[in-house]
Amino acid sequence: MNPFNRRQFLEGSAGVAAATGLGAGSALWAPAAQAKSLSYKPEKGAKLRLLRWKRFVQGDEDAFMANIKKFTTKYGVEVRIDNEGWEDVRPKAAVAANIGSGPDIIIGWFDDPHQYPDKLLDMSDLANYLGNKYGGWYDVCKKYGIRHNTKQWISIPWGIIGNAIVYRESHVKAAGFDGIPKDTAGFLKLCQAMKAKGTAPGFALGKAVGDGNNWVHWLLWSHGGKMVDKAGNVVINSPETVAALEYAKQLHDTFVPGTLGWLDSNNNKAFLGGQVSLTANGISVYYAAKNSTDPSVQAMVSDIQHARFPIGPVGKPTELMQVTQFMAFKHSKYPNAAKELIRFLMEGEQYNPWMEAATGYVSQPLKAYEKNPIWTADPKYTVYRDGASIMLDHGHDGPLGYASAAAMADYIVLDMVAEASSGTRTPKEAAERAEARAKRYYKV
Amino acid sequence: MFARLQNNRHALGMVFMLPTVVLLLGLLAYPLGLGTWLGFTDAKIGRVGEWVGLDNFRYLVGDSVAQLSLFNTLVYTVIASILKFVLGLWLALLLNKNLPFKSFFRAIVLLPWIVPTALSAIAFWWLYDAQFSVLSWVLTQMGLIDQYIDFLGDPWNARWSTIAANVWRGIPFVAISLLAGLQTISPSYYEASAIDGATPAQQFRHVTLPLLTPIIAVVMTFSVLFTFTDFQLIYVLTRGGPLNATHLMATLAFQRAIPGGSLGEGAALATLMVPFLLAAILFSYFGLQRRAWQQGGDK
Repeated sequence: MNPFNRRQFLEGSAGVAAATGLGAGSALWAPAAQAKSLSYKPEKGAKLRLLRWKRFVQGDEDAFMANIKKFTTKYGVEVRIDNEGWEDVRPKAAVAANIGSGPDIIIGWFDDPHQYPDKLLDMSDLANYLGNKYGGWYDVCKKYGIRHNTKQWISIPWGIIGNAIVYRESHVKAAGFDGIPKDTAGFLKLCQAMKAKGTAPGFALGKAVGDGNNWVHWLLWSHGGKMVDKAGNVVINSPETVAALEYAKQLHDTFVPGTLGWLDSNNNKAFLGGQVSLTANGISVYYAAKNSTDPSVQAMVSDIQHARFPIGPVGKPTELMQVTQFMAFKHSKYPNAAKELIRFLMEGEQYNPWMEAATGYVSQPLKAYEKNPIWTADPKYTVYRDGASIMLDHGHDGPLGYASAAAMADYIVLDMVAEASSGTRTPKEAAERAEARAKRYYKV
Repeated sequence: MFARLQNNRHALGMVFMLPTVVLLLGLLAYPLGLGTWLGFTDAKIGRVGEWVGLDNFRYLVGDSVAQLSLFNTLVYTVIASILKFVLGLWLALLLNKNLPFKSFFRAIVLLPWIVPTALSAIAFWWLYDAQFSVLSWVLTQMGLIDQYIDFLGDPWNARWSTIAANVWRGIPFVAISLLAGLQTISPSYYEASAIDGATPAQQFRHVTLPLLTPIIAVVMTFSVLFTFTDFQLIYVLTRGGPLNATHLMATLAFQRAIPGGSLGEGAALATLMVPFLLAAILFSYFGLQRRAWQQGGDK
């Protein structure tokens, strides 16, 4: 923590008023004054470059660019926005961080900030200010934003790309269920019943970066299995993992054929094509159906329903979703302008319209934004409101960093579940193999 | 000084070669050297690594996924190369005959080669889709199968499917190159052998094949190298799945190095491909090219 940096921001009116009475030092540290107002004064002649992932839905980009324009008009700071495919942002951000040049701000994924925490600006003031003002950060956002074993924020979580069970209501009813059972045992029965009715479920088991990883981590954690313990020791070869894999095998037996080869887009195609009746996805399936001009897909809209994943033997939700974060780099020539831009975008006046325009793709990292009207505008959106409140981080239960990133990128959990599901390895063998692979990355 | 330099043939020659030397060193030797060096470090993306000696290689040799990727790569390369050679040679022989619309056929044969791999791979992705495959649909309509074929969801199906896509794409290169070779063979050899009573099979065995061998050597060396280092097709179709059954060394190296951030390990895996590539080159060089008649020592 550098006290010099703390003095670089200017207090708003309340802070200034307090400062005259109490002296600058105490006012800067007073949480009440911070909660009311905080702003950074952009440097003279500041210009910013921001790299973000390319939008999944046009509304996101339109609202985002409108906010950027508002910022430029208000502060006279020009902001150049670069868009990259979502999987290409990670390597670019890592290179920018380490050669010390490139965009001032990068909107990255997951544990990116934890791979090069020393290259990032301290975001603690801003994060605490936003947390105080907007009902607090969800726990998982704190884990993603705060440097391991410290209180220092190194990034500002921007949002969570929601994931949930997507299903055909009529097919679930025909299988004799009113909705998605809340427990894993009931869920298996539902899937078996649906398979018997010829309306089978299907979850991606190929190299699906999002849709594959999300559900297999839920499966592992729901039974109490986990990759590492709090200290980062590999503990995946456990009876809990084996139980999860035995469940996975039974579940996989109910799937439509071909899920072992499914990539990210296969389940969307299969669902909209009427070939699979239950899967896990972002809101994109529903979005695509709603905006389709194809009458057969349009007819499906009223039948599409969303639900939370069932809860396993551990007794609490254990889902995984994509977290996206703002990182501001120390190499930026205009750190105050960069922080001010992030603050500006995270404030309710900008954040709420943006999240609304993203029509449920992205959910809030700050609790107060739960009240955004988008989540009740269509009752089918509501499920996607609960992202950060119920999810775990992908490095669970250990620290975030190179190891957690590499383990997921190498599909260790996904491969393990696929091996056990398909029967090419017994659950025990699959867990042992995952352990051997994980130890490579989590080596001490 | 400058005038003397201009008049010195050797110095001038050096100067003229300089741009090429710079290009070769800068764009070929340096990246190759850097890549090899990275394989001996624990570099992460953007973070300079520490020298770890043979650590990466030692790990990869014992890593079951890396072993599987080597097996996949060998299967993929050997089968696809043989198929491409046989079918390509056959196509070249057909095109060498006096067909109607000869130039038209020769032009369209090149199409699979011209279409960007990423695009043709997407077409194959749809053909192989577990739910929407037109191949499966046709076969079900004909009553030949009652369940859709799981092209990319079963390990061996996926291997055959990716090999088929690679062969489809690689045939034109082999066929057109061999066709060029066939056309350099003087018709008088065939006339002479026909007068001697040689059958078409004998003509092929004793005239066509020996004269085509140098071209075959070059073409197949390239073909093997392209196949061994294939990336795009796999990345679009399966990304190495199902169960890593189609992970080639190139795709696994990418997965570990770029999305996974373990640059050193990815580089080591890529370096491990070099011995196999060298072996392929040496085989074609010594096995196919150094024929006695090429050395002018025909007895």
